[in-house]
Amino acid sequence: MKIRYKLAIIVLLFALVNFHTPLAFSEGLSSSELIINAKDYDGKLVTYVGEVIGDVMLRGEFAWVNISDGDNALGVWVSSSLTKEINFTGSYKLRGDNLEIAGVFHRACPEHGGDLDIHAQTLRKISSGRIVNQRLNLDKKNLSLILFGALFLIWILSLFRRR
Amino acid sequence: MILKPRLEDLKIIGFYLGKIILGLAFTMVIPILAGLCFGELNPTLDFLISIEISVFLGFFLLKVCNTEKDLNWMQGMIVVSLSWVVAMFLGAIPLYLSGHWKSFLDACFDAMSGFATTGLALVQDLDHLSYTHNLWRHLIMFLGGQGIVVIALSFFVRGFSGALKMYVGEARDEKILPNVVHTSRFIWLVSFVYLVLGTIALGITGISNGMKPLNSFFHGACIFMAAFDTGGFSPQSQNILYYHSVVYEIITIIIMVLGAINFKLHYHLWTGNRKEIFRNIETNTLFITVIATFSIVAVGLAQIGSYPAAVTLFRKGFYQLISGHTGTGFQTIYAQQFIADWNHLALAGVILAMALGGAICSTTGAIKMLRIGVIFKTFKEDLKRIIMPERALVIEKFHHIKEVFLEDRLVKSALVITLAYIILYGLGALVGMFYGHPFLNALFESTSAAANVGLSCGVTNVAMPAALKVTYIIQMWAGRLEFMSVFTILGFLIAVIKGK
Repeated sequence: MKIRYKLAIIVLLFALVNFHTPLAFSEGLSSSELIINAKDYDGKLVTYVGEVIGDVMLRGEFAWVNISDGDNALGVWVSSSLTKEINFTGSYKLRGDNLEIAGVFHRACPEHGGDLDIHAQTLRKISSGRIVNQRLNLDKKNLSLILFGALFLIWILSLFRRR
Repeated sequence: MILKPRLEDLKIIGFYLGKIILGLAFTMVIPILAGLCFGELNPTLDFLISIEISVFLGFFLLKVCNTEKDLNWMQGMIVVSLSWVVAMFLGAIPLYLSGHWKSFLDACFDAMSGFATTGLALVQDLDHLSYTHNLWRHLIMFLGGQGIVVIALSFFVRGFSGALKMYVGEARDEKILPNVVHTSRFIWLVSFVYLVLGTIALGITGISNGMKPLNSFFHGACIFMAAFDTGGFSPQSQNILYYHSVVYEIITIIIMVLGAINFKLHYHLWTGNRKEIFRNIETNTLFITVIATFSIVAVGLAQIGSYPAAVTLFRKGFYQLISGHTGTGFQTIYAQQFIADWNHLALAGVILAMALGGAICSTTGAIKMLRIGVIFKTFKEDLKRIIMPERALVIEKFHHIKEVFLEDRLVKSALVITLAYIILYGLGALVGMFYGHPFLNALFESTSAAANVGLSCGVTNVAMPAALKVTYIIQMWAGRLEFMSVFTILGFLIAVIKGK
C-alpha cells in the first residue's frame, strides 16, 4: 500500500514537471514580456489581459482584435462568435472592454505573414468598457477667450495706427 | 573680419519669419474644423489656443519688423532654419495641451519628428488620442514633407526674388518649373492628387478588412500622409501591424516608393515621359541599393532563422527594409523585435538602407540617391583612368532628366553632404552610447533620426534622457534641412557674438 502511494506521488510529480510548462502560463503575461521573450513563449498557451482598442475587424469566421495592456497592443486572432461579447472598443471617447484571452502565442505566425500574435481559444470579459465623459475644460476655454480678446484689441489698435 | 549683423538684417529675417508663422497658423484651421465635425470640444480648444498664439507671434513680427526689402542668401537660409524651429514650438503647443505628452520637450520631439517627416514618437496612450490631434500629427508630416516654406511660397507669398533663397534653403535644390512659386504649387498638386487616390485605396481596403467606414477613411488619409511624405506616424500604437493586412502593406509600399521619387521625375511621368524612370540615375541607383541592402537583411534573417518560411522572411524583411530605405519608418514588427529577433547583419542592412535614403527633391531625408549615384560614377571614372592609357580622355556622364557631365563641382558637393551625414549619424550614435546603449542600437536610432526615417529599435522612449531627446531633435532638424541652412545659422550666431 505504501509503495503504491509513493509511486502515485512520483507519477504525479513527473506529470507536473513534464507537462505543466507546455500547457499554459495561467497567470496573465504582459505585452512587453511576450515581445521581449517571444522565443520562450512561441507556440505555448498564454493568458493575456488588456483593453480592446480600435476596430474589431471581422474576417469571415474569425476576427482580429487588438488588445492593449497599456504598454503595447497585441493582435489577437479570435473566432468571430466570441467577439459578440465585445461592446466597447477603446478610442478617444470610449474605454474598451477589458478582456482576458487564453490562447496560443506566435512569435512569427506562419498563418499570418510572420505577425506576432495570439490565437485565442477562450475570451472572458473582465470588465465592461464605458463612454468617457468629455467635460469642457474651463481653463482652456478662458485662455482661448483671453487670447482672442488680446488679438482683437491689437487688430483694432493697428487699424487706428494705419489711419 | 567678421561683420556683426545689422538691425536691418534682423528686421528682414523677422518679417519673413512672421509671414511663415502666419502661414503655419492658417494650417491649424484644418484640425479645428475636424474637431468641430467630430464633436471633440477640448481638442478643438487646444488648437484654438495654438492658432491664437501663432497669429499673435506672426502679427507681432510683421508689425515690429515691417520692411519692403527683399531677402539675400544669408537671410533666406536663416529664415528657413528658424522657421523649422519656430514651427516645432508652435506645432507642439496643441500636442502638449492634449495631455498625451509627458512634457513640453516630448511634444517638441514629436512635432519636430512630424515636420521633419521622421516618425519617432514619444506620445503616450496613442490609442485614446482624439481624431483632431491625430489629424494634426499626420498633417504636420504632410506640411513638413512638402516643406514649411513651400507652403508659404505656394499660398501666402506673391512672388519675390527671395523666394528662391528660401526654397533652396529647405533642401530643395531642383526647380521643376522656371518659377519657384509655380514649382511649389506643382508639388502641392502632385501631393493632393495622390492624397485623394491613396485615401480612397486605403479606405476601401480598410473597410474590406473589417474597419468601420469613418475610421477606415480617417486612417486611410492619415496613413497616406505619413507614407507619401515618408513620415511614419500612424493613428494606432501598433503602427501598420494594427491592420493585419497584406493588401494594406502592399499599398503603403507603393505610396512610400512614390514619396521617395523626385518631384521632377513625377513631373516628367505626368507629362508622358515615362522612359525617364528607366533612364534616371536616381531610380536606377534606388533599384540597385534596395536589392543590395535587402540581400544583406535576407541573409541575416536566414542565418538566425527568425522567419522559417521564405514568404514570411520576405514580407517582414522587405517591408522594414523598404520602409527604412524610403525614410518612412512604418513597422510591421515591434521595436523590441529588431533586437530580440534580428541579428547584427540584418540590422546593419537596415541601417545602411536608412543612411542612403530616397531621391533628392522628394520628401525623404538622408544622403539620397543622386549623391550615391554620383559617387559611384566618380569611382568608375577613376577606375577607367587607371585602366586606360594616360593620354586617353575619360569623360563620365549620367542621366538625370538630361545628360549631365560628371564635373568636379558636382562630385565635391555630393561628397561634402555625404560626409556631413556620416558625421551626423556617428555623433548621434556616440551620444546614444554615452547613455549606455550598445553601439548597434545607438547607431540604428541615430541614423533613423538623422536620416528622418523613424524606425526604432526601442531606444526612443519617454524615459530616455532629455539630452538624448534634444540630440535627436537637432539631428532631425539638421538632417531635414541638409545642413546648409543650419551651417548658415551657426555662422550667423558666431557673427553676432564675434562680429565687429
